[in-house]
Amino acid sequence: MYDFTSLIDSITGYLDSTFSPFWAGTISMVLLGVVILLFYAVLGLYLVYAERKICARMQNRMGPNRVGPMGLFQTIADLIKLLLKELILIRNADNFLFNIAPFIVIVASIMAIGAIPFAKGLQAVDLNIGVLYILAISSMGVIGILIAGWASNSKYSVIGAMRSGAQVISYELSVGLALLCIITYAGSMQFSEIIASQEDGWWLFKGHIPAVIAFVVYLIAGTAETNRGPFDLAEAESELTAGFHTEYSGIKFAFFFLAEYMNMFIIAAIATTMFLGGWLPFHLFQWQGFNRVMDFIPPVFWFFGKTAFVIYLMMWFKWTFPRLRIDQLLSLEWKYLLPINLMNLILIAFLTLMEWHF
Amino acid sequence: MALLKTIKEIGNYFYQIYDGVTSLLRGMKVTGSYFVRPRTIVTQQYPENRDTLKMFDNFKGELMLIHDENNQHSCNVCNTCARRCPNGSIEVIYKKVEGADGRSKKILDKYIYHLETCSFCGLCVPACDEFALKFDQDFEHAVFDRSKLTKVLNKPGSSSKALKE
Amino acid sequence: MEETLMDIDLKEKEEYIINMGPQHPSTHGVLRFETCLQGEKVKYIIPHCGYIHRGIEKMCEHLSYQQLIHLTDRMDYLSAHINNEAVALCVENAMQVEVSDRVKYIRTIFAELTRIASHQLWWSAFGMDLGALTTFFYGLRDREQILDIFEETTGSRLTQSFITPGGLMADIHPNFQKRIKEFIKYFRTKLPEYDQLLTGNIIFRERTKGIGIMDKETAVDYGVTGPSGRGSGFQCDIRKIAPYSAYPFVKFNEITETAGDTYARYLVRIKEMWESLNILEQLVDNIPAGQIMLELKAVKAPKGEYYQRVETARGELGVYIVSDGGPSPARIKFRTPNFSNLFVINKLAAGHKIADLVAISGSLDLVIPDIDR
Repeated sequence: MYDFTSLIDSITGYLDSTFSPFWAGTISMVLLGVVILLFYAVLGLYLVYAERKICARMQNRMGPNRVGPMGLFQTIADLIKLLLKELILIRNADNFLFNIAPFIVIVASIMAIGAIPFAKGLQAVDLNIGVLYILAISSMGVIGILIAGWASNSKYSVIGAMRSGAQVISYELSVGLALLCIITYAGSMQFSEIIASQEDGWWLFKGHIPAVIAFVVYLIAGTAETNRGPFDLAEAESELTAGFHTEYSGIKFAFFFLAEYMNMFIIAAIATTMFLGGWLPFHLFQWQGFNRVMDFIPPVFWFFGKTAFVIYLMMWFKWTFPRLRIDQLLSLEWKYLLPINLMNLILIAFLTLMEWHF
Repeated sequence: MALLKTIKEIGNYFYQIYDGVTSLLRGMKVTGSYFVRPRTIVTQQYPENRDTLKMFDNFKGELMLIHDENNQHSCNVCNTCARRCPNGSIEVIYKKVEGADGRSKKILDKYIYHLETCSFCGLCVPACDEFALKFDQDFEHAVFDRSKLTKVLNKPGSSSKALKE
Repeated sequence: MEETLMDIDLKEKEEYIINMGPQHPSTHGVLRFETCLQGEKVKYIIPHCGYIHRGIEKMCEHLSYQQLIHLTDRMDYLSAHINNEAVALCVENAMQVEVSDRVKYIRTIFAELTRIASHQLWWSAFGMDLGALTTFFYGLRDREQILDIFEETTGSRLTQSFITPGGLMADIHPNFQKRIKEFIKYFRTKLPEYDQLLTGNIIFRERTKGIGIMDKETAVDYGVTGPSGRGSGFQCDIRKIAPYSAYPFVKFNEITETAGDTYARYLVRIKEMWESLNILEQLVDNIPAGQIMLELKAVKAPKGEYYQRVETARGELGVYIVSDGGPSPARIKFRTPNFSNLFVINKLAAGHKIADLVAISGSLDLVIPDIDR
């Protein structure tokens, strides 16, 4: 049950039958765009709220609890405030690049949402190179950050952007190699195939030790990719006032801010899909009764539940650990994560050949 | 020997990873343990708990002249508190009136207290021989108009026990 | 000699000057660091102080000795009691009177509580500077207990003006000893958590070991006292060299480390918190009965020059009074620890990166109003 393919098919069928092919295609794309943008905005706002509440609990205090019941409207109030702020124009800054930088960051992030499977059939586009597509798109976000730092015409911004650029490019390697481990196990880069291969158990459990190592490496590299957590030197408040987005105000700053949280969501969603079984429910061995109960919960809840767990882990990292310095960051990647990754990959290739996984 | 050294270095590499990961996990345990115990939250919900909020008895909130139930205070216009105050936050203004026996004497007209310059050092309270001054426990001093911070401490219609009026 | 880096030619390429200006989220107070950077490395730093100079020493020249106590609170506001004690001891030594034992014990208890509170705030701010934002809340949550103890007896949390020449302003509250014993028990369970969260953390150790090494000669040359100096092996604890108040009656160790880097200065302060708890335990149950305030006709230092040293949470505070016999001092001069501790930062930070500059200035534990008075 809970198959969304029939729903999607009926909608596309209705559109095909009523309109000409050109208009049917255009209307379906517009509809998809609106749905994704709404989802992106709402989820971004509530991720910010969730972070504030979670970090407050860890610090022995309550988070926002006055605006709306339990503070639920706090981020909406913040968003309205940011929309009303004055957009400060910088003297001697490259205005075209200055204005386009936040858009590049946010467009890269929205494009990645399109390939994530939320439930069976509920996926915007099911490419046969799904994982590669997402890796390529998230690399485009770096361009936005570098352009933002350069175009701001300020020493602080340039330092922040250079650091961030070096960091993201290094950690993309680790992300790619960690995902390559699961692709080796599953045998395909298409998301629906990877999820289908996890029907008898999630790769985190089936792939025993190497998959756990790959998961840990992926989490670390993923938080570094998004400039978050202990790797947020690029926007460290106490050192360089705000790094590459110091000079931005109002809605442009809101774009950077939102894009950071949604990148975190995307990393968590990829982790869920590849390691934790995507939208598949949790089945324990062959206990039919337990499995039937687990099946009853809709897959969308499973997906968001697992993603929420991974996001909680990433927030836990951020609020516990001090920041790493830029050279320690880079040495962590090139001296520790990369060798471990490569050894892990060779081990997994060997295990897959010998079929020594569950 | 070079082989032994390499083996030691490789062992050191893996030991460093193990040591680092366990130290990080220990830190996460501390924050995680506070996350799951909401009873350790120390925030006070301030405007809602005004009824039950009580400051300590000695809390230095705001200076006041003690008035009893007959609206009488104990100031005898000796000006000691104003002379003790390091930055002139107290002004004792008196006026002379004809007394019962024909001589003129001083009575208290206005006891002016400048809250905006008071540094709460507490030198005025023990200086008074008549024990007329005390610190109140009121801490909500924010006003929109600075002239409201210059307060007159003797209540209207009050008289002084010390000057036997 | 107000030299700025603008006068120096930037000889090598990739050199530029950045102001970590008076308003900055990480310098604790209004202090300007003019840094000359090459890429990420710091070449030269000139600190500019004076943004919060209020003329305390001049103001003291027309206040009486009891009135000027409330100004000394506001110099190093995190060791307020100890600052008051310095002036009070100087005047009492000048007048050659001795306070009762009860007053000595209570003054020392307040001094040790202030030391713990100051180190708690330092720990919170240090963790926050390095990026571990939860340490801020844990340190301040524990500091609230000490501030409650202060508030119950003296009436204020931060600037108390409680210790005056001749004794104390008032007697202690009946709950005083009970609260202190509860605090000692509570804090002994929390200090290991501080270690788990920050001290043992590998990221923290990598950020602080080997950074900003100060050897003993530099510490003696620049006059760096307090925990910053003791981290380099310089034994400068005034409580041991020239004991005052109740320190001759208690047994405690002077904490020194030899490494001289940021991690050593950090460890000295954490261990000092443990030692202060031991001192408090020895003193709290044994407060003798006695007079709270001496009956003095007039608080006036006779003609002459007098000096008194105490150990604040940050180093050696010296009070130098020149008196001509009048009710106010003719000249009062404070030798503040933060002024000497600040100027060693050029030597420590040269060659390190910007991120290390933040760690070094956090480990020196500077309170800016103390530099400028």
